Amino acid sequence: MAEIAIRDALNQAIDEEMARDKTVMIMGEEVAEYEGAYKVTRGLWKKYESPRVLDTPITENGFTGVGIGAALVGLRPIVEWMTFNFSIQALDQVISNAAKMRHMSGGQLKVPIVFRGPNGPAEYLSSQHSQAIQSFYAHIPGLKVVAPSTAYDSKGLLKTAIRDDNPVVFMEAEMMYSWTGEVPEEEYTVPFGKAAIRREGDDVTLISFSRPMRLLEEAADELATQGINAEVIDLRSLRPLDEDTIYASVRKTNRVVVLDDAWPVASFGSYVAWLISRNCFDELDAQVELVHAEDVPMPYNHNLELAVQVSTEKVVKAAKRVLYME
Amino acid sequence: MASKSKNDTKSGSDSAVSMNLKSYKKDFLFSALEKMLLIRRFEEKSAQMYGLRKIGGFCHLYNGQEAVAIAAAMAADMSRDYMLTAYRDHGHALACGMDPNVVMAELYGKITGCSRGKGGSMHMFDVEKHMLGGNGIVGAQIPIATGVAFAEMYKKKVLGQKDAGVALCFFGDGAVHQGAFHESLNLAGVWKLPAVYMVENNRFGMGSAVHRVSAVEDFEIKAVGYNIDGMQLDGMSFIDCYEGIGKAIERARKDSVPTLIDIKTYRYKGHSMSDPAKYRTKDELDKFKAQDPIELLKSAMKDAGMITDEDYQNLDKQIKQTVQEAVDFAENSDEPAIETIYEDVYV
Repeated sequence: MAEIAIRDALNQAIDEEMARDKTVMIMGEEVAEYEGAYKVTRGLWKKYESPRVLDTPITENGFTGVGIGAALVGLRPIVEWMTFNFSIQALDQVISNAAKMRHMSGGQLKVPIVFRGPNGPAEYLSSQHSQAIQSFYAHIPGLKVVAPSTAYDSKGLLKTAIRDDNPVVFMEAEMMYSWTGEVPEEEYTVPFGKAAIRREGDDVTLISFSRPMRLLEEAADELATQGINAEVIDLRSLRPLDEDTIYASVRKTNRVVVLDDAWPVASFGSYVAWLISRNCFDELDAQVELVHAEDVPMPYNHNLELAVQVSTEKVVKAAKRVLYME
Repeated sequence: MASKSKNDTKSGSDSAVSMNLKSYKKDFLFSALEKMLLIRRFEEKSAQMYGLRKIGGFCHLYNGQEAVAIAAAMAADMSRDYMLTAYRDHGHALACGMDPNVVMAELYGKITGCSRGKGGSMHMFDVEKHMLGGNGIVGAQIPIATGVAFAEMYKKKVLGQKDAGVALCFFGDGAVHQGAFHESLNLAGVWKLPAVYMVENNRFGMGSAVHRVSAVEDFEIKAVGYNIDGMQLDGMSFIDCYEGIGKAIERARKDSVPTLIDIKTYRYKGHSMSDPAKYRTKDELDKFKAQDPIELLKSAMKDAGMITDEDYQNLDKQIKQTVQEAVDFAENSDEPAIETIYEDVYV
């Protein structure tokens, strides 16, 4: 298997799906001639030309709505948001239209569209450009929401997203694009709604998704040096959510830490923590811990921004709390 | 169709006189009259049923604006063109040829409604008739319609489809101030999309008169900023609308270019059923009712010897019967089963 960067895994998924289906197209700011702000669409404009690879003006609400309208009448658009911070401009189109068209039409319409781009904090960007807003989208019925953490899943889940007949919000992360991982030569897809157990263990369950998965791996390594075997779960898909894998693990370890790099109030992580409390109450030996960003906008200063964010250390501490070691 | 005019006097009491019917066949005009009258009687019945609490929620009636939707539908080829509008959508639904029974059943929230009782007054859809809603957020349908036009351009350019459809996008004067409108027109201008954007300028955004919320009152001038064609039409004249919208559709289909049309019309009822419309005078309402689009067409047809009072009365009787049947159908339809709440969310 070849070891490739996540940005190239995403590129392969888009390229392969565009080659097999002429109704697939991609639009967004700088996706064509400039080859993408993060180079995810490198080479695609030269290969497929406009309008299949289409530069848009800086008009997120407008071009997101255009994608939705095109999806209603037979295209399968991929809308790239340069970052999820800018997707806030397009929230009306996503929530009021993409997520509602099928419902409002009594099942007559379908909206096969993918909204993708980097979500989550980056570095030195201050509060408007460095935020984790997965909870906004995970809150909405009618959307599917996925967030891979590996090159393999990035390609396989994106291909599934493009082929799905529902609107899919596909969250990448700026800090993840250069991470590498093994991707097979042969065709494959990764299904939605199936979590991955990244590491098996009996002592405590650690759950997250997207970029913070790396913190869980590091925390599990650190805990292992202290004789604690953590089970590490990558949700991969928030909607639909693989509850069974979560509960099976918690019933085995009886202790759980949920890591979500968003703010804590009404976050997806707090929802997962509630589900576990609700459905595994008798099997829990400790309260469910939620590791989350500090409840403040992101500061620019590097020491401050690191203090605001989730960290390996915070995960290790939370794990020790549920093990009554601190 | 007239060139740009000042202020609000595009429709005038001389419209009937100037309405030249000579180039039109009687059957065509009779059909237009029939369709407009169906909307009028349907809306009157909707108001009545709302009063009886058979219909709930927001209910925005189309009385007075009938010529616009009917002219557009008759100028279009609805087998390949698409219609998208805002929440004042009963008229457009009927204009697309949706079954009045199904529209009324949706107003009643019944399982036999077009949206299985999930949409209500603001969300009339019929995929086969190319009616793509019914949108409740002011201006939110404009990017969607632009996307439909984009897809039609794409199908021609990339997929080799011979005929491009045209997206017919309707919205009120209130929507012109939303970013979605401006973003969409720019995209349509940049990409040369086959779309016709129609401001149904009924002179009020809810209770606010146009002049109180808009720096200009003639909206076709906004086309200039997006390098597309603008046009103003008399929304009380079926013929003016038919000819003007028809030209815009033809241009969109042939040359793949968008048009923005300011259509001066008037709504007789309040913004919605809960609005007593105290922000306007009875005199103003009467002035517009004197230019009623149905009356104007009827009297022009009478003058041209195409219809008699008796013909019209028979037509009206027949339409009232159709509307009553729609009410009966809705009354006799089942409520949706509670289990259906989980349906129609995902494919």
